[in-house]
Amino acid sequence: MSVTYLEAIREAQTYLLREDKRVFIYGQDIAGKFGGAFKATKGLAEQFPGRVLNTPISEDAMVGTAIGAAMEGMRPIVEMQFADFSSIALNQILNNAGTQYWRTQVPCPITVRLPSGGTKGSGPFHSQSMEGLYSHYPGLVVVTPATVEDAYTMLIDAVAIDDPVIYCEHKYLYYHLKADALPTEKLPIGKARVVRPGRDLSIVTNSAMVHEALAVAQQFSADGIEIEVVDLRSVKPLDTGTVLASVARTGRLLCVGEAFPWGGVTAEVIARVASEGFHLLDAAPARINAKDTPIPYHPNLWSEHRPNAKTIAAKARQVLAE
Amino acid sequence: MLQTAERGASTSKKAPHEKYLEAFRIMLQTRIFEEKLASLYRGGLITGGVYIGRGQEAVSVSCGIFLQKGDVFAPLIRDQAGRSAFGEPLLDVARTYLGSRLGPMRGRDGNIHRGCPKTGQLAMISHLGAMIPVVVGKLLAKRMKGEKGFIGLTTIGEGGMQTGATHEGMNIAAVEHVPLVLVATNNHYAYSTPNDRQFACADLVDRAKGYGYEGSSADGTDLTQCLDTIGAAVKRARAGRPPQLVVASTLRLAGHGEHDDASYVTDDIRREPFAQDSLQRAEQLILEQELLDREGLQQMRAEIAAEVDEAVATAQQEDAPVGSEEDWCAVSTRELVDQIP
Ligand SMILES: Cc1ncc(C[n+]2csc(CCOP(=O)(O)OP(=O)(O)O)c2C)c(N)n1
Ligand SMILES: [Mg+2]
Repeated sequence: MSVTYLEAIREAQTYLLREDKRVFIYGQDIAGKFGGAFKATKGLAEQFPGRVLNTPISEDAMVGTAIGAAMEGMRPIVEMQFADFSSIALNQILNNAGTQYWRTQVPCPITVRLPSGGTKGSGPFHSQSMEGLYSHYPGLVVVTPATVEDAYTMLIDAVAIDDPVIYCEHKYLYYHLKADALPTEKLPIGKARVVRPGRDLSIVTNSAMVHEALAVAQQFSADGIEIEVVDLRSVKPLDTGTVLASVARTGRLLCVGEAFPWGGVTAEVIARVASEGFHLLDAAPARINAKDTPIPYHPNLWSEHRPNAKTIAAKARQVLAE
Repeated sequence: MLQTAERGASTSKKAPHEKYLEAFRIMLQTRIFEEKLASLYRGGLITGGVYIGRGQEAVSVSCGIFLQKGDVFAPLIRDQAGRSAFGEPLLDVARTYLGSRLGPMRGRDGNIHRGCPKTGQLAMISHLGAMIPVVVGKLLAKRMKGEKGFIGLTTIGEGGMQTGATHEGMNIAAVEHVPLVLVATNNHYAYSTPNDRQFACADLVDRAKGYGYEGSSADGTDLTQCLDTIGAAVKRARAGRPPQLVVASTLRLAGHGEHDDASYVTDDIRREPFAQDSLQRAEQLILEQELLDREGLQQMRAEIAAEVDEAVATAQQEDAPVGSEEDWCAVSTRELVDQIP
């Protein structure tokens, strides 16, 4: 048997619907035989009647409805058709879900699934990575699974958490990642993972960029340079301890993210390492993100807009040379 | 109410609309062009998606054909016919789909997300309903600047009608009393979702009253009705009446995009009167009323095919954008570009 990243998301939802009567899924085009724009819920509406519901094109009301249901004890999962459309629901996510517990002591256990990240030809409105934006606001847990195993266990954990969780699933990984089987072990949300040990440079990254970083590490290894790759897994909370421990081993830090460059996850990691681990650094920490323009449609432009193995390698060489 | 007066206007007894043949030619051009785009997509020559308006050509062409210089047009996914009627060159479309650096979007955006604001054709963002208030703002500004006789027309689907942006946009247009025409096409599916999961009112045109609009309905498969109804709404908007809501009924005769086989469309719905093909119906009327004979139609088809082939061939020979030459700058104020290391 083999399982893709997308199938792991579907399997996690099957498990959740089967094991937890409080769970229902709410989203556009997710029901019927269709099973979602990316088929993440295919077959689930038939298997769990009345619990996988098509909604109108009303993102703000979809999340608002989920918040109300969560306050009544349910565990709704909202599927956004694309992460980019969750901007419509920002008010409900940030101002209602994000403040609910703090204001009233009533927790708000919703999970919002965001099909995120760039793929060829998807353009400015079907490619965004919004984890940094959501992490900026208080009251949310934000995760970015980068492996089939994490896609599965982190979705199950997200629903179990008593707080709103923004679950960013990367569309490029849907079909490109395969594992032999569903995982039997897990690392909890809030813990980063060292996915490749090294001694010369730490690349700290998340989501699909983990795989670009691994490709670069592989390439450098042939020249005797050992890059350590840290997959953050969860962006909020951010596992500063694992990052600092890695930098303590390597003395050099490069942060890689697919999101826009102003602020965001890479800036946050560098800020923490600079203020709490300055003494560990042998070189100035560096970061590489997408360019500061909307995400272009044309593959020639898109592939240069986001970090890629070539640009990551060039930046890594800079940090190593310092 | 206007909607009852105009519903069911009979096609066959009236003399055809003065723009009938002009509209038909654009519909036919749209059909031939979009079939070409779909085949390029199937052949792997178009990256991203292809979204066509098959079945919706009569509504769409009627949206563009009454607009004049100075008007604002904010088309959406299925508006190739309307865009052409408004004056968008086929080459712009071919260039956008095929990723030519010479296209209006220069490879930065693709497919239906194109426009040319300088000519009055706005470039839609994906987020449905978002263009409605933008059109309102254009109209408000034109009034402030003392322009006269202009209108704005924008389109939406029955699914897009359910967004908050649409609601807010419709309301603010009425509050500002701008000359807006909103043409909503109920093609009975929003991607895979049928109407019973989009709205629960009997007919979307009933919303007109609630917003302070004048509402009218058209059989979207009947070109005469589309021209009459939308033409009248445009005229009323120009005359200073409140915003106009036109609801046209059709079936989407294609997938949501060309990646979609639309297997969720039921056989029952395919037998509904609104599932008729507006282009076929128009062609039939043309032959019945002898506006053209078969030979004339054939000649029109051949001319159009040549135009389409030329646009595609031209775009295909043009260079793609190159990342290293791209101006990576998203603000127009050069000295305020943030140089992020
Ligand atoms: C706010 C928002 N949410 C989701 C989408 C994704 N989406 C694109 S088209 C579409 C269906 C649109 O249906 P409808 O408005 O009826 O237009 P039609 O495709 O039938 O012409 C959806 C859900 C979107 N574009 N905007
Ligand atoms: Mg529709």
